[in-house]
Formats: sequence, C-alpha cells, structure tokens
Amino acid sequence: MAALYEGYTLCGLVPGQTLTNSGIQGIEAERDSDHVVVTDSTRSVTLYKVSDQKPLSSWTVKQGQTLTCPAVYNSQTEEYVVVSDNKVSSDVWRVHCLPGGEPVVLFQRGAVRLLDSLLSAPQQPIEEVLAQEEAIRWSTNIVADSQQFVIFTTEQKGDSFLYLHRLNPNTLQRYRLEREEPGLSPLSFSASYRDKHICLLYLYPNGHVYQSVVSVRGLGGDEGAQALPLPRSLLLGLPVGEGLLEAASAQLLDEAHVAVVGVPHPSAGAGKDFLCIWNTNFQTLQAGKEMAGKIYGQLWTFSNKLFIPHGKTLSVIPYECPKSSLASALGKLKQAKTEGELKQMSCVPSWNNILHGDKAQPSRPAETRKTVSNFIKTKYLNFSVQTAPVEEVQREVEGLLSRADIQDLQPLVGQLASMLVSRSLADPAFYTPSTLAQLVHTQSLCHSVCPDLVLLALERRDFFLCQLCLQFFPDIPEAVTCACLKAFIRVVIKTGEEDKEKSSTPPEPICPVGLHKAVLLNEVLLTAYSDTFLLPHLKDLSSQHVVLFLQYLQFLYLKYSQDASPQMHGLRSPSLTQIMDWVCMVLDAHFTVLVMTPEAKGLLVNLHSFVKSQVRLVSELGKIEGSLQELNKMKVKKDVGQYSIEIIELF
Amino acid sequence: MGEFKVHRVRFFDYMPSAIRAMAFNSHTERLALVRADGALEIFNFADHYFQEKVIPGQDGRAVEALCWVGQRLFSAGLNGEITEYDLENLRPRYTVEAYGGPIWTIGSNKQGTLLMVGCEDGTVKMFEILKERIQFQRNLERQKGRIVSLSWHPSGTLIAAGMMDMIRIFNAETGHATHRMLVERGVGASKSREVVVWSVAFLSDYTIISGDSAGKVQIWDGLTGTLVRTHLVTKWDVLCLSVSQDESSLIAGTSEGTVVQFQFISSTVDQQEEEWVRTRTFKNHSHDVRALAHTETAVVSGGMDTQLVVRPLLDKVEKNTQESAMRKIALPHRSLVCCAKKAGLLLFQFPDHLEVWRVGESDGHGKPGDSLPVKRKPEKLIQLKGKGGDHIYSSALSPCGEWLAYSTVSSVRLYRLQYNNISITKVSKLPKDLCLGHQLCFSSDSTKLFASSRHSSVIVVALNQLECKYLHTLKPKSGSRQPVHLLCTSEDGKWLATANTDCEIHVYDLHKRKLHCTVPIYSSCPTAIAIHPTTSHLVVVHADQQIFEYSLVQKEYTEWSRKLQKQGLHSLWLERDTPVTHVTFSLKNPAHIILHDMFMFCIIDQSLPLPESKTLLYNQMTLRSLPEQERIRHSHAFKICKNFKHVMCVSLLEDHSLVVVERPLLDMMSQLPAPVRQKKFAT
Repeated sequence: MAALYEGYTLCGLVPGQTLTNSGIQGIEAERDSDHVVVTDSTRSVTLYKVSDQKPLSSWTVKQGQTLTCPAVYNSQTEEYVVVSDNKVSSDVWRVHCLPGGEPVVLFQRGAVRLLDSLLSAPQQPIEEVLAQEEAIRWSTNIVADSQQFVIFTTEQKGDSFLYLHRLNPNTLQRYRLEREEPGLSPLSFSASYRDKHICLLYLYPNGHVYQSVVSVRGLGGDEGAQALPLPRSLLLGLPVGEGLLEAASAQLLDEAHVAVVGVPHPSAGAGKDFLCIWNTNFQTLQAGKEMAGKIYGQLWTFSNKLFIPHGKTLSVIPYECPKSSLASALGKLKQAKTEGELKQMSCVPSWNNILHGDKAQPSRPAETRKTVSNFIKTKYLNFSVQTAPVEEVQREVEGLLSRADIQDLQPLVGQLASMLVSRSLADPAFYTPSTLAQLVHTQSLCHSVCPDLVLLALERRDFFLCQLCLQFFPDIPEAVTCACLKAFIRVVIKTGEEDKEKSSTPPEPICPVGLHKAVLLNEVLLTAYSDTFLLPHLKDLSSQHVVLFLQYLQFLYLKYSQDASPQMHGLRSPSLTQIMDWVCMVLDAHFTVLVMTPEAKGLLVNLHSFVKSQVRLVSELGKIEGSLQELNKMKVKKDVGQYSIEIIELF
Repeated sequence: MGEFKVHRVRFFDYMPSAIRAMAFNSHTERLALVRADGALEIFNFADHYFQEKVIPGQDGRAVEALCWVGQRLFSAGLNGEITEYDLENLRPRYTVEAYGGPIWTIGSNKQGTLLMVGCEDGTVKMFEILKERIQFQRNLERQKGRIVSLSWHPSGTLIAAGMMDMIRIFNAETGHATHRMLVERGVGASKSREVVVWSVAFLSDYTIISGDSAGKVQIWDGLTGTLVRTHLVTKWDVLCLSVSQDESSLIAGTSEGTVVQFQFISSTVDQQEEEWVRTRTFKNHSHDVRALAHTETAVVSGGMDTQLVVRPLLDKVEKNTQESAMRKIALPHRSLVCCAKKAGLLLFQFPDHLEVWRVGESDGHGKPGDSLPVKRKPEKLIQLKGKGGDHIYSSALSPCGEWLAYSTVSSVRLYRLQYNNISITKVSKLPKDLCLGHQLCFSSDSTKLFASSRHSSVIVVALNQLECKYLHTLKPKSGSRQPVHLLCTSEDGKWLATANTDCEIHVYDLHKRKLHCTVPIYSSCPTAIAIHPTTSHLVVVHADQQIFEYSLVQKEYTEWSRKLQKQGLHSLWLERDTPVTHVTFSLKNPAHIILHDMFMFCIIDQSLPLPESKTLLYNQMTLRSLPEQERIRHSHAFKICKNFKHVMCVSLLEDHSLVVVERPLLDMMSQLPAPVRQKKFAT
C-alpha cells in the first residue's frame, strides 16, 4: 500500500492578487534530492534545503523586471538559468534542464534551442512552429535512451496537441489528443519515460485520467506532417462531486501510482482539498490527506516527496509507493477455504473485472454514452438518496438493483453506497441497513470505493453488515479489521455472560463466548491481513479483551486438536494455521501486559504448555528423523521388491 | 502363448569391483581390463565387445597398471610384483618381485624388448623380456619420491616419469635424469599438498603430456623441458591419459567422471601451426575415471562406477550405425547364476563366496500382471566362503541340488549338500586330474561332473555317495590351446558340448566317450549353447546375435536354422548390444527355446513364422491389444518380454515356472561410495 507521511512546511506563500494563483511559478530540482529551487511568480528565486526546511540563498531581479519562467539549475556548469521578461530573441516559454543535461529553451511559438547555441548567437532567427491561435499549455523534457526530448502540449480552438521534439538530430512529431466532452481540455499533464515509451498522463475536469503511450523508437523524421491521432486509455475515473474540477493536478509517481490533488476524496463529500494516491492497476485509493486551505492545482514531485502549495504554505509531503501486487493489496491470502466457501468466492466477480471492466474499452463512443446515462441515473438517484426518507431510498435502490445488469452498475453501486454512507454519517437519524447490505451483496463494492462503510456499520452496531463487509471486501485495511475485532469483543463482554449460560456447549472445552459472537470473531479470523500492519492496531486492545480473545482462540485450538474434521464447525470457520497465527500475533502485541495480568496467568500457562508439548514433539521427531529416513529408504526398496512371484502373459 | 509364473529375484547382491586399469592391444583388438579386486577381463573389440576371458582376482592383490607386449600381458601392483598372465590357461603365468616397494606404473618400449616399472622407492626398474620370463636388467638413476607414471619415447632413447610435484626425463641408455620439470600445485588449500602427476605421455615429436592431481593437463616440450601450455580441466584430479595411435588425439579422465578430449589441430582455420586444443567432454561416469584407452574409433573408459563405457568418436565412425552407438558394459557376459531346476535352488557366484537360495512359494492364482502372495519366502540356505584367498572362477550346482562344485585358478572343490538338516560336506579326495576347471557342469542325473581343462579338454568325473572317481578326459582334435568358456550336457546324458574362444564348438558322445562332431566354425564367438532335451539339437547363440540350430544326429544345421539364415534375423534383433548369456528349453513345448540377454528374455516358438524385416519385432504390446482370433495372424516366432531389466539369469524350473534373476543397476549404484562433490545449480 502506498502511503502519505506527515508533511511539513517548506515556506509560506504570497498568493497573487487573484487568489487563484499560489504565487509559485515553478519548483525545480537542484544539485541533489534534498535541494530545490523555488521561483515565485514575480521576481525572486530561492534555494531551499528541503530536509532543513530552510532557504539557503535567494536572488531577486530588479524592480520592474519579472521572471517569466522558473529558474533551472545547470549541474554541468553549476549555474542557474532564468529568463526575465520573456526575452531572449523571441518570447521564451520555458527553460528546461535535466540533471547532467544541457539546458534547452522552448520558445512560445514552439521552437527549441539548446541554451549554448542560443547564447553563442543570440540574434539568430527563431522559427514559428505553432499555428496561429495555438498556445503552449505545458512542457517538460525527458531523456530517453540518451536522447533528449522536449515534450509540450498546446491548445488550439478546443483541440489539444502533443509535440515531441527530439534534439540531436532534431525531429518533431505532433499528435492530436482525442476530444473529451465538448469544452473540456486537460487540466494537468505529467510525463514519464519507461520501457522505450514516453507515457503521458492527463487529467480532465470531469475526473477522467487518461494515459497515452508513445514509442520513442517509431518517431519518424518527417516534420510538418499531419498530427497523428494519439490513442489513449482511461486509467481512472475520479469522483468529482458536484460540477467539474477547476484546479486539480495528477502526477505519475510510478507505473502503478498517481498522485492527485484538487479532487474530492471519495468518502469525504464534495470538498476538493485532498491529496490522494491512487493505484491505477487496481483503481484503488491507497492514501489520502486533507490539505488545509485552497488548492491551486499545482503539484510537483521530486525523489519521493510531493511539493504542494495550499492555502498560504508550500508543503512537502513524503510518500512511498511500494510495488503493489494483488497479493499485497489483498494482504495475506485467505487460507483453507471449504468447498462452500470456494463456491461463494467463485461467484464474486473476478478482481480484474471489478478493476479493469471500464478500462478495457475506455474511448468508444458507446461507452461514453453509457457513462453519460449512468451519470444521469446517478444524478436522478442523487436527489432521492440525499433527501428522500429511508423507505423511499430503499425502494429506489431495490428497483435499480433489480432492474439492471449489476455488472453495468458497478460504478453506480459505489456512488450509491458512498452517498448513503455520507448521508448516514451526516444525519444520525438516517440509516438504511438492508439497502447497504444489498449493495454489499452485489459484490461490486470494495473498501477502497466506500471506505467509511464498515466504520459506519460499526458505529450503528450493524454487525450483520460488518460481517458481510468482512466477508466480501477483499481490501479491508488492518486498522478497520482491528476496529471490528474490538467492537465484536466488546459486545461479547456485554452480552456474553448470558450467552454463555444459555448455550448448551458440550462439557469440555467450554466456549468462552456466545455463538453469535463466535461467528463474528471467526469472520475476523478469516480476514486477509498482513501482520506488520495489523500488529500496531492490535496493541490498542485492552488487556481484558485480549484475555477473552485468547481464551476464545485457545478454545478453537483445543477444539481443532481434538476434532479430526474441523470443517464440521460450519461453513466459515478459520483454519488451524489462521488460529495459530492470531494467537502468536495477539501474544506478540500484548505479551508484557499479559504477564502482568493475574487473570491471564492460567491462560499463559496453558499456552506455554501447548508450546512446550509441541517443542517436545518436534524434538522427539528430530531424534527419530534419521530412523524415519531409513524407514523411508527401506520402503523404497520394498516397493521395488527383493522378491515377488508374478504372473506374466506372452502372446 | 500363455501365462507364466515368474519368480522375480532381486536378492542377488552382485557387485562388480571398480575398474582400476586397462590396456588396449590394437593388433589383436583386445582390451585388457583389471578391477580393484585383481580380476582381469579380456574383451574382444573385434567381436562385439564380447568379454571372452576372465581371470579371477585374489585377496590383497591390487593391480595398478597393465601393459601389453605383443600378445603377452603384464601387470604390476602395490604388492610390488610384476605378473605375466597365461591367457590360455587363465591364470597368472609367473610373478616377479621388483624389490622397489609398491609399483605404481608399468610400461614397455616400442620394440617390446624391455619392460619398466615405477616404484615407490623412487626407482625406475628395467626388465628384459625373454621368451618365457622377464629378467631384471638395471635401475635408472634413483629419485627422491615415488614414480607414479612412466612413458617411453617411441624412439626408445628417453623416458618421462611423473612424480610428486615434478616430471623427470631420463636418458634410457645412461639411466641419468636429464630434465626436471616442476609441476605447479593447486591453488588455495591444496597449495600445501603435493601434486601427483598421475599420468604422462611421451609423443614422438618430443612433446610430453601430463595429467595431475591439481586438475591440469599440461603440454611440455620434452627436449627443452619447458612448459608449453596448461589446460585446467577439473577442480579435482586428472587420473589418466591416453593418446591415439596416430598421436592426433588425447583423452584425459577426471575424478568428476568426465573424459576430456584434446586434438592436435590448428586452432583457427587460417593458422598453419597445430596445437593441442581441448575439443570434447564426455560425461559417462558418475565417479572417478581411473582407466582409459583411446582406440582408433572410440574412447574407452572405466573407473569407480564399475561400468566399462565404449564411446565411439563420431568423426571416426559412420553416424547412426550400430558402430556409432555408445556401449555400457555393466554386467559380465557369463552366467554367475546356476539354477538347480529340479530342486528349485539358485546358486549365486560372488568373487569370494557362494550362496545357495531356495526360491519362494505361492499357492495363489492370479491374472497376468498380478503379484501373487508369497506363502514361503525365499531362503538363503548356504553361504560358502572361498578358501585360500583365490577368487572363484566358475561354479555349478547339480540339478538335484545335492552337489556343489567351484573352481579357482589353483583348484577345484566339490561339496555335498543336504537340505533336510542343512549341512555341507567337502568331498575331500578328488582325483588328481581334476585340478583345473574353467567351466564346471553336472550331468542332468547328477552322477557326473564335467570340468573343462587345459587346451579345451574336458575331464569327466563320476560321483556317487561314496567316492568321486576320474573317468576319462575328452579332447578335441583341433589342437586349440584356448580355454573352454561354455559347457553343457544334454538332458538324456548322451551329449556334452563345449565352446572355446577360438569359436570352436565340439560335441562329445558321452556313451562312446569320444568326440562326436565339431560344429562348423562361425566367425563370432559363441555366447550361449544348449542341447535340446528331446530332439538333440544344439542351439548356439553368438556374440553377433546370430542363432544356429545344429542337429547332432544328422551332423548338420537343421531346416529351421537354414530358414533362419536364409531369411536373416530381424535388424532390431541384431542391433541389441548385450549378448545372449543363457539358452534353455521348455519341457512342456519342445518347439520353445528360451534365451535372454541383459534387457529382455525371449521365447522362440519354432512352430511360428519368422519375423520378416518389416514386421514389428517387439510386438507383445500390439498382440495384447488385439482380439484373440487376430493374434495368430500377427504372431511371429520371437516372443520378447521386456518386463525385466538387468537380467542375470532366466531359467525354467521343473514346475514350469520361470526364475528371472535381476540385478538393477540402481541398486548397484547405490552401493558405490559418494562421488566427488560438485557444485550444481542451486545447491
């Protein structure tokens, strides 16, 4: 799981007059990963040491002059390059410089020059590459296969174009971006190079994040040819809430992760002041952070740090994107499924379907129409869900679920659940347990889509829904699992006493909890988890709860060691390994506390004796290992047979 | 054809001894091979690699080296003695003490007049080869440290000697050492260990090639005593070298079980100068390759894993022919098992002892493919240890099971066995003439013992409860001096047939006590003979896989045999690479001949048509799948059963059940010591 860590302030901002401008023109890397050059929108350049959060030096141009492009650091000459008042010999759009590379100048009319050649002949004619009314929106440069590329996008009468300018030898390729809904043009771009391909990521105001991939190899040299259509694929459909996005930005972090700023958190209503990391492979939200103050839609990333201006500060937020796989996204693989379970699992749509269903055919017109129609449906439901009384909402949703093919409704189900959850959270009187259960039952939901559902269910003490979520969501974070565990145990303590008396358990061993609670606890035991993440949360359990939980685990263990066929306990019962893993984890988390707790003494002694007997068994087995191996050898020989009387037939 | 009850016997723990040394005689195309227990074997490479002679070893006789001088064969060993073998009477002819401590190596000059041995005490001793013996001539200049390997320059003037840490060159005339070439030790931990030059070869262009314990094959200039080239071929030892006769190819055997070939060629196409280039690596052994021979067409190797491997060089033979096939000789080409048909007993012959077993019993019936429950387990009745340190050459158990005889190079011993109260009694007074027995055989009524003796003669001894009496000696008229290697009698006691390594087969009329006839000589050596109990036809199988049937009454080949020769044997039959070592007959069906090699047994039904060249020879599986009526149309005379592997004996008991004695190679391999450790992937 990717993570955002605690951020810190690099510097304060002096926002421009319009308040839509952060006051920062650009941030560029300096000599190493810990130094950045920040250029403000007027006339000063400041060098910061990031880890120290402090400026090392600063330069300002004369009053009356303006810096018109962010300063860049030329590591070869150890100089800073900055352009004031646009001018060299023609208006300059940007100067780009990669570490170890030569600075490149991109002119506003699309021409590209190496800074050196420009400075040696400052008066050279600069050609016009762009058409009339065409203007650069964004640019960067990239080194691919030791070839430097200047990449920039332009806009002309509502159309967007991508230019790939290769230096030495100079070639230029122009691509036309596919049109999104009329009137929408990309809000932000981000480019990266991997596997001989340049990868362009762009975000539209409707929350769609597209990716286009251009091979570096196939770049032809025929300049001025027609703009090629640029194929794209939809990576993410981000929730936009009401209206369109205005100031937002998406940055590629690695091949699987995208940082997005200025887009609402899927479970936090319409506020757009969030920084989120999404996994594009699984389309799951990996981490989210609320940014105080206004978001300007600006985002930079240098060496595992995100630089984001918000409100009146420029914050640095370290992040981490470990390589994600399905297994790590799911935590530990679920073990020991009984046949019934397997059947159940097989009716869960495959993970791929959930995730890539809409990615597979992103740009076909039919699909767009469907999205639109879903959008309309949502709009319609939106109204009723947000305002109508419980019964009506239930009816509406039921109708919708019965009406349509659930596969098509996947995004809708997520939106519905989110809306229901947020309304329930806002309005304590509103809760629709059966509707939510129905939505969970569609198996189109997962925790990332609707992160507050489980907590809501816990808050409303809807344990059935909790159980369903634990059963059907493959991506419940360990913190939430632990919260469920805590809640379940607490309930056990309140009502457990009576339960224990009521339930007619066999003479030994006695189950320390009632049947219903046992079922709930079993569900927790069955959940996938990763112990490093679970352990810190387990520590929050009180010692009393820990003792009870351990008693229950011990009971299960005893039961299993006595019983030859553990499957008999019901469809969803944890395996012996799962039980032992939990015992170990709980002991790890609370050992010191348990040692000090008098009531835990008996339990610990029991567990200790288990371990001792196991150790003894293993050591005894170790002693006879040699003999057993001999037996094995002898058996092999016997299989071959020293002597046998056989009947053969010849024809 | 029908069902057979088979006693599948795997409790014969036969274990061949490791191969220690070999020498190839390119004139006679005979390979002499000596094993760790001192046993000598002679293979005829001109006749399908048939193992035609065996001289058993002796306790405590460790032969280190072999050397052919013309047709004479000499060996030397760590007991400090030089032995010449008598290949006609299959025994050491004489032994000479060299008085230099253990002998590591032996060699002769090209002219075949001198023999030299390298001794532990640092001397190279020269012996003059005389007609009937060898005589000590002189010592070369004595060195410090043992002489491990020797090679004589073809001109006879120089001798190279491999020692510890060095190679010495001696002037053969003066006996003085002229050069000393230091051999580098191994790196790392082995730096402190002396390097042993296990093998040297002196080529006619005065190049010396050495193989040593540091894993190097080194090329030296023998005139200047300088190192020309080093090839590191193994992390372990290079134990032996062999050079082809034309000196264009060289092979080196290593402790890893590999054989590395070097060729004297120009390393690049346009380069004129030739040098020794490492070309091929063969890995046919799991353990040390201790002995090598480079024949004109093949690499012959043997070592710790006891198998003799003949690996043809594909640039010297025609591809995809029988000649180009690799051969592994793992089991002896003679029978070490004797079956007492009437008593259901098996005699197993080991080098130093004999075992008598009774096969098990089962009263169950079953379908083909079933294993029957064993009611009575097989039982080892007697284990008889050989006397006097000489290893056993030949042994026989009488059909009734009451007589047991075995022979060594020096004597024949006869025992009387009783089973109701198991006892074994040595028959103490044997006739004086019965002192040699290359082959032993009892008559079917167990009243006579036949022992083959010198010059292919057979001594006949009468047995009864009270005494053992010499009757007479049967002699062939051919005057062959070769030993008999096959001996058999007929069921009715009338005939005795012998076969010797001159390929002669003589049949004696036992009633008339004289030679009855001599079967026309065929070019390939007989590997198994038997006389049919009712028709008195002699069936002979040769090393080239040919089968002949000879009528003893008519003194001519039978009609069936002629037909077989006219039509020719099936090509797949001829391509088998292990000889038929035993022939027997069915008592139920006189038309059946039962024979076996190492990988199959076969029942030849003489009443059925012979397989034609296009018919499927191994057709048992096909026949099984056909309905019964159709089988007869597809049947042919050769019923080959491949259910059994590494077969040492197939015999028919009186109750018509078959006894198949197998010795799985895996079982033998598992008894070998661990090979040198080699780093394999991911270990």
